[in-house]
Formats: sequence, structure tokens, C-alpha cells
Amino acid sequence: MIRLTRRYRFCASHRLHAPGLSESENRALYGKCNHPFGHGHNYVLDVSVRGPVDPDTGLAVELEALDRLVGRNILEAIDHRNLNAEVEAFREAVPTSENLGLEIYRRLSSGWGSAFPPNRPALEKIRIAETEKNIFEISSHG
Amino acid sequence: MLVTRRVDFSASHVCRNPALSDDENRRLYGPAANPYGHGHNYVLEVTLEGDPDPVTGMVMDLKELKEIVNRQVVEPMDHRFLNYEVEPFKTLIPTPENIARVIWDCLAPALAPRLHSVRLWESPDLSVEYFGEAA
Repeated sequence: MIRLTRRYRFCASHRLHAPGLSESENRALYGKCNHPFGHGHNYVLDVSVRGPVDPDTGLAVELEALDRLVGRNILEAIDHRNLNAEVEAFREAVPTSENLGLEIYRRLSSGWGSAFPPNRPALEKIRIAETEKNIFEISSHG
Repeated sequence: MLVTRRVDFSASHVCRNPALSDDENRRLYGPAANPYGHGHNYVLEVTLEGDPDPVTGMVMDLKELKEIVNRQVVEPMDHRFLNYEVEPFKTLIPTPENIARVIWDCLAPALAPRLHSVRLWESPDLSVEYFGEAA
């Protein structure tokens, strides 16, 4: 088995504000991330895929297919967007990188079957770096 | 405990399956199918697993590891056209997946059973990891 990790980049803005909390609780919890007009990041997304190497092609993952899936299901929807205002999942959920990671994982999983042949390869984990200091990983086993 | 040594080498390659049409090759491998080839600055991370020796405090002498990796991988592959100059790739397509497996096979005789994984970076945006046949 091979694990292949492909890196993608996108830029987006967001504001962290939980509607169930008061103004002062939001300021205390999210700090600068609660500033009313929002702010942005250059996100780095690593997608790790695991599978056997096809003996005919020498590939575990068809990169072109992975790039198309990530482009269509992720980057088109969130690159250069305001997450709160433009991405349906964040009309209610707070666009923390935890929730953004879960949304990206859901979007990849839902498109996986049509992008790749059955049972090969498997989405293993994703890793989102919101900045170089804040990094979040979500794997297939939770 | 895991111990990782990093080395780099530069090589050219082309990813084409002669049994497939030009269009199929282009669809599968993208620009890597260009028949004249292209190159990368590869970065290789070799990871060993083991407990430190009670006398030396080391999982392995890293100078020795460096010599093995240089002899087995860097010397044969650095500044070479993999398809034409490195034996397994005269018939095996030098995808990153296959290069990682060949590197594992070159290192395993000298490093087993401590060899845990090899990670090959083709560019900062693409890497593959191989953990041996058993994994």
C-alpha cells in the first residue's frame, strides 16, 4: 500500500461568532477572530490517499482525478470566498478550521465514488493549516 | 522510536505506458507523460523504527545510515534520467509510487528489520509514503 499526499492552497475569509453566545462571550472565546467584519487566511490543505499500486499504470492514485475532485468539490466552493456568507454549511455552523475540515472531508467523501474506481484508493486523512502555527487533521477513523 | 534521515537528489523521468495511446497517457499522467521527460528535485525521508542501543544511545549510527542511503539510492539516481539509466525503470514506469517502492527494495537488505517507511517528495506539493509489502 502507498499513502500519497497532495497539497492544495486556498484563500478565504471568515468570522468566528457563535450565535448561542453573548457578544462578550464571543469576544472572550474567539478574540481577534470575532472582529465583526471578519478576516482571512491562506489555507494549506493536504489530502492523503491510501491504496495499492496498479501494476499497469504504476499509480496508486490518479492525480488528475484527485485534482478534478478537489477542484470541483472544494476549491470552486471555498477559494476566495467569505465562508460565513457564501458557503451553505456555515450559515449556521461556526467556520472554525475544525468545522471547515469536517465540511471538506464530507465534500470529498460524497464525490469519491464518482471520481475513483470502486474500493481504490481510500481517503485516509486531511490536514488543514490555517496558518503555519495552527494545524488540524481529520482521518477516516475519526 | 522513529528516526528519520532526509536526503535529496535530482533526476528526470517520463511517465508513459507504451501499451496505452497518447490520449490515455495524457489523461492518466498529465504533463508527466511528455515523451521528452522532465525533472524534479526529489526529497527522500528514510525512517527507521527501533529502541536506542543501551551503550550508544542510538537507534542507528546516522553516519552509517547516510552512507547506505547515498550508496544505494543517491549515487545511482542523482542527476540521471530514470527511464534510461536506472535499471528497474527500463521496464517499470517511474511514478512516485514505483520510485518509492524501488527505493524501499534498495534499502531493505541493509536496513531491515528497522526500516519503517520511505517518504518521497516529488515536489513540495506531492509526496508518497511506502511501508513495505507487509503494510
